Formats: sequence, C-alpha cells, structure tokens
Amino acid sequence: MSLKAVVRTEESARLYMVQKGVARGVPIMLGYLPVALTYGVLAKQAGMTVAEITLMSVLVFAGASQFMGAAMIAAGTGAIEIIIATFVLNFRHFVMSFSFMNRLRFIGLQWKVPLSLGLTDETFSVASMHTEEAKQEKGMYFYAALMITAYSAWVAGSFLGGVLGDVIPAVLSQSMGIALYAMFIGLLLPSVRKELRVGLIAVIAMLVNAFSSQFISDGWAIVSGTLIGGLCGVFLLKEEKQ
Amino acid sequence: MILLIILGMSLVTMIPRILPAYIVDKIHFPEWMNRWLNAIPYAALGALIFPGILTVKPDQPHIGLAGGAVAVILAFLGLNNILVVIGAIVTVFLLTI
Repeated sequence: MSLKAVVRTEESARLYMVQKGVARGVPIMLGYLPVALTYGVLAKQAGMTVAEITLMSVLVFAGASQFMGAAMIAAGTGAIEIIIATFVLNFRHFVMSFSFMNRLRFIGLQWKVPLSLGLTDETFSVASMHTEEAKQEKGMYFYAALMITAYSAWVAGSFLGGVLGDVIPAVLSQSMGIALYAMFIGLLLPSVRKELRVGLIAVIAMLVNAFSSQFISDGWAIVSGTLIGGLCGVFLLKEEKQ
Repeated sequence: MILLIILGMSLVTMIPRILPAYIVDKIHFPEWMNRWLNAIPYAALGALIFPGILTVKPDQPHIGLAGGAVAVILAFLGLNNILVVIGAIVTVFLLTI
C-alpha cells in the first residue's frame, strides 16, 4: 500500500515537471516555428532535398548556423569551410553548456549528456532562468520536456518549410523575427527587476558584443560578450547559497 | 556531399555541447569561477539581444528597437512571456504593414 503511494507521488511529480517544461517551451516554439519554416524555404532554394533539410535540423539543431550552412551550400562553398564556420558560430554553446552543466553538477551523466545536446541559445536561456528545478525531485524531466518541445518545433517547422515553401506571408514572418528577441527580453527583465546589477552584466555583454563584432566574426563576438559580461558578474553578483 | 557537410556541422556543434558534461565531473571550480558561470546566462542574454535585435528589419533598425521597447515594457509589467512575445510581434507587424 505504502509502496503504491510512493509510486503514485513519483509519477505525479514527473507529470508536473513535464507539463511545466512544455509550458515554458511554448514561447520558444512560437519563436522557432517561423524561423524554422524560413530556414526550410531557403534551404530548398539552396538546392537541398527535404530529407537533407530535415536531417540538418535533427542533427545540428542550431538555427543561425543552419541558415549560414544553407547559404554557403547554395554559394558552392567547400565542406571544410562550412564546417569551420559552423564551429566558430556555435562555439558559444560550449560556454553555455559549461554554465548549465555546473548547475547539474550532482546529476548523473545519463541525464547530463542528453540535456547538453538539447542546448540552444533559447533552451539554455529558459533553463537558466529556472534553476530551482535542478534541485527538485524529478526536476530533470522539466529540462527534458522543455528541450523536446523546442526541438520538435524546430524539426517539424524545417520539414514543413521544405515541403510547403513560402506559406507565411512575408510581412508576417518578418514581424515574427522579433519573437526570439522578445523572449530573451522577457527572460532577462524579471531578474533585472530583482537585482539591478544583473542588468549591468547584460549591458556590458551587449556593448562588448557590439564593439567586438566590428573586428571579429559574429560567433566570436557573442562568445567574448558572454565571457566578459559574465566575468563582471564575479564582482557584481553576491555569493549564492549552494 | 551535402550529407557529409551535415554530418560535419553536426559533429562540431555537438562536441562543444557535450564536453562540459564530462568536464564538470572531473574538476572542482573555485568559488569565483562558480560565480562566473552563474553570471553567464545574464551575459549571454545581453549578447544575444543586442546588436542582433537591430537586424529584425535590416534596413530599418528602429523597428527592431521599437519591438524590443514594447517587450521591455510588457515584461516590466510582469506579463507572461507568451504575451510579451505576442506584443512585440504585433508592434513590428503594425510598423511594417
């Protein structure tokens, strides 16, 4: 009897975390769908088949680099060049993964490895603003559900873009280009309201990114903004209770 | 050929994502480095927002800024993130039609 009760609470905790993860993934979904559709359309025009378009989304799962990859394929750029450019553009995920994995330090690799693969700018940002779940029971289901929600939207959107072509009117898809930026703002603002110095960290990162993008590629500029902005946090943020 | 490119892109994207999962197990970071890693999300959000938001409509950077300003106001009022996103989309839509 008591064993059954334990099983039931475990199940409901899991269900609760999955529902919460999907709910937090919806804004990402809203932002990903139009971007993924656009990627599908452009990649089709670049001469890729629907299978290749979808496969790239399944295996790479990093928006900006996929746009770049499709454009470079269309331009007839060599494979090595495309792969190196992808590495540079996506290297920021190494920094992000470091931050997120440090939160999950005491979680087993069987969770850490798949969750690390689901990290994008968007899933990382949402996951990082929900640090409590890392300490809660069945909290890993929250992160997994969040990432799977985003991943499905990305893969399905790319496939549809490749199959259907331009289905969204240009003016609407252009307007939806603001969606992910708005989501980033919506994630950042509550923390800034609680602790003004968080805003200072973000502004420093913005300025470093804007300044360094004049001299280096966008990928490295985001990495340097993130690292230097974060480094200021060492002095600006208070010690956190472990 | 395209298949090879996709596989290569996948590898160079996946390896940097996975590596930290193994590294954080092996080393113990000093306290200041934990603080650095904890501040990374806020810095990343900043770097992801600006100057990228200016390119929402590449020839008219003020449109992205206007959408961002509406998002800031809605988020500051404490609205749900989905409403913040929809409000910004509507703003950009009204400015571009």
